[in-house]
Amino acid sequence: MRKTLWIVSLLLVASFVLAACGGASTTGGEPVTVVETVIVEVPAEGAVVAPSGYGVTLETVKARGNLICGVNSQVPGFGYIDADGNFSGIDVDYCRALAAAIFGDANKVEFRPVTAAERFTALQSGEIDVLSRNTTWSLVRDTELGGNFTATTFYDGQGMMVPADSGINSLQDLAGGTVCVQTGTTTELNLADVMSSLGIAYTPAVYEDADSTFAAYAEERCDAVTTDKSGLVSRRTVLADPSAHVILDVTMSKEPLGPMVRHGDDQWFDIAQWTVFAMIAGEEFGITSANVDSVRSSATAPEVMRLLGLEGDMGLKLGLNNDWGYNIIKLVGNYEEVYNRSLGPDTPTYIPRGYNSLYTEGGLLYAPPVR
Amino acid sequence: MTQENSILPPLTERFGILRWLRKNLFGSWLDAALTIIGAFIIYWAVTGLLTWAFTVAEWKVVSVNLRLFMVGQYPLQQLWRLWLALGFLMFLTGNSLAIWARRSYVATILLLAFPALLTLLPFGSEPRKWLIILSLTGVIGWGIGWSKPQALGRSVIFGWILSLPMFLLLTRGFTPEGGTMPIVGTNLWGGLLLTFLLTVVGILFSFPLGVFLALGRRSELPIIRLASVIYIELVRGVPLITIFFMAQLMLPLFLPPNWTVDRILRAMVAVTLFSAAYLAENVRGGLQAIPKGQFEAAHALGLNGAQTMVYIILPQALRLIIPILVGQFIAVFKDTALVAIVGLFDLVGIAKTVLAQPDFLGLQREVYVFISLIYWVLSYGMSYLSQQLEVKLGVGNR
Repeated sequence: MRKTLWIVSLLLVASFVLAACGGASTTGGEPVTVVETVIVEVPAEGAVVAPSGYGVTLETVKARGNLICGVNSQVPGFGYIDADGNFSGIDVDYCRALAAAIFGDANKVEFRPVTAAERFTALQSGEIDVLSRNTTWSLVRDTELGGNFTATTFYDGQGMMVPADSGINSLQDLAGGTVCVQTGTTTELNLADVMSSLGIAYTPAVYEDADSTFAAYAEERCDAVTTDKSGLVSRRTVLADPSAHVILDVTMSKEPLGPMVRHGDDQWFDIAQWTVFAMIAGEEFGITSANVDSVRSSATAPEVMRLLGLEGDMGLKLGLNNDWGYNIIKLVGNYEEVYNRSLGPDTPTYIPRGYNSLYTEGGLLYAPPVR
Repeated sequence: MTQENSILPPLTERFGILRWLRKNLFGSWLDAALTIIGAFIIYWAVTGLLTWAFTVAEWKVVSVNLRLFMVGQYPLQQLWRLWLALGFLMFLTGNSLAIWARRSYVATILLLAFPALLTLLPFGSEPRKWLIILSLTGVIGWGIGWSKPQALGRSVIFGWILSLPMFLLLTRGFTPEGGTMPIVGTNLWGGLLLTFLLTVVGILFSFPLGVFLALGRRSELPIIRLASVIYIELVRGVPLITIFFMAQLMLPLFLPPNWTVDRILRAMVAVTLFSAAYLAENVRGGLQAIPKGQFEAAHALGLNGAQTMVYIILPQALRLIIPILVGQFIAVFKDTALVAIVGLFDLVGIAKTVLAQPDFLGLQREVYVFISLIYWVLSYGMSYLSQQLEVKLGVGNR
């Protein structure tokens, strides 16, 4: 009797499981013939995705009265909480700029700390309006994960850290030296590629994991250590004397980080993208939060006038007010101000601008014309 | 002389530090060696720790961020609400101690003086003032309870039942922005406050659920029994962290669009459901320890099934398993730390974000030692109180 009960219950559970699977594969009314297996990380079919379509997100955000921004809370310089309980960092300031563009109030933003695992789900399900959490732009994330990267706010990439008193200022100075690197990673391959193309002889000291790599560097078993720059910044923090180490102004790989929005709402995409461009353009035209008022009152250059909303109704075309650009720069600052606030020379998390300089200064920051 | 000698105990039992040392620590060459090695290790560890704590450690990271550790991003202007809620709890504690634990002087003094002792920590002047007020409130509550123990019993129980809803209401607020009690979103709850709420809600709600599941598992109705067994085995078969992931990551995908469940609420439900499965088995252990004669005696007195359970069996069973229950509660308290992994700012979560502050980079040891200390003090407090309760109920002696 008891045995039969068990078998029945097992069958019951099994049938539930099968029913659930069956249900998922037949959404849309008719059975789906599986032709090929496609591995999708986030359930694309049957999963609930926030309603999207032209203008929906902006409408939702305005109705709610604040922007919900998915951020990181544990990366120095990019997203963290200061002692007063406020979020800080370059990714966080982007959210403030977006809120300033929409509401004319940089504080109308709710920061939602999201983990690496949940960030795309949170974006898809509409829990957050925009994801600004040191996320690398890649093809898969731009397509299968149902999101669109808007622009690059920080060109991260493999960097090199050396002791400040070592006198090493460039990769060439490392000739004949030893570099600590984690084995089996693209980091190791990038290092080999870059060094051989520059014709620099060096000895790689390889370690199994990141912890032992940096431990070896701390014990001075090598002259330099390499990994992503943002990683170097946070790793530097756990060294005995963080200020005794500098990150060289070289970038050896591509890790473009930027804000991401959901597929399906082009207006929202435009707003998120042009918020970045407005900050970059602000730096290019030399408009800062300090001088924006005087610049606006005396502006003659058409480009500046359009950015600050004096001419051309640019904001209305985005679905915002015409002073959107003015608000971004006035309330949050241009790109340089935002960068220096979190990653500038006066901060413990200093990273040389490198690729994150304006195109006029040899960097990659380039905002399309506001016209 | 001979008379005096005969009064003394045998040489081997006479008291003396040297004799005690010789007997217990240096009984043989092996003992002596072990003693010396042990003493050396203790000396080395303790001096190392003290040197670090008083000379190397930079405790500024803790003192500057004390508010973050305690309440997370809870707005400064609204903190008085939390103090008020704590004051209510202290009053009830004082009351209860005077009514039900009149002889437990040590526990009473410790509990009532605890907030005042906390002023030794580097709090600002405002929190210090509140902490003193908390202690005073406790003492006043104790005084009132002491003078009228009979009359107050019922109202204190009522107060305790009311305390959690009141705490939650005060924490969350109920008027829109600008009112006296503006709503503070749960996204701003953090630190010890969040850990405390998760633990209390987890314990309070999982306990009845666990008892029901235990009774269900022993039920003679097959469907109820099967449902209880499936639930218990299913939940016990997965790690807590997967339940948190399920609640935080998968749930939003299954909910209809624009339908969000508060993240803190999700974590509370996850803790409750998880802990209930374990509690059910603990309670079942207690139930099984009750001899059959008790059931038969209750039956002979004419009690029905429910009455037997409520008046005869459960009181005995629960009394038996107090040590296990407290163990489970302490486990719940510490398990809440896992919510840090799914992005909530409990004590551990806030510690991680404090460590990302550029001003305090690389101070992992200070921060983790500090929060470990908080966990230890509170866990040991729970354990100590449960021991007092056991003594009072005579668990070991009956």
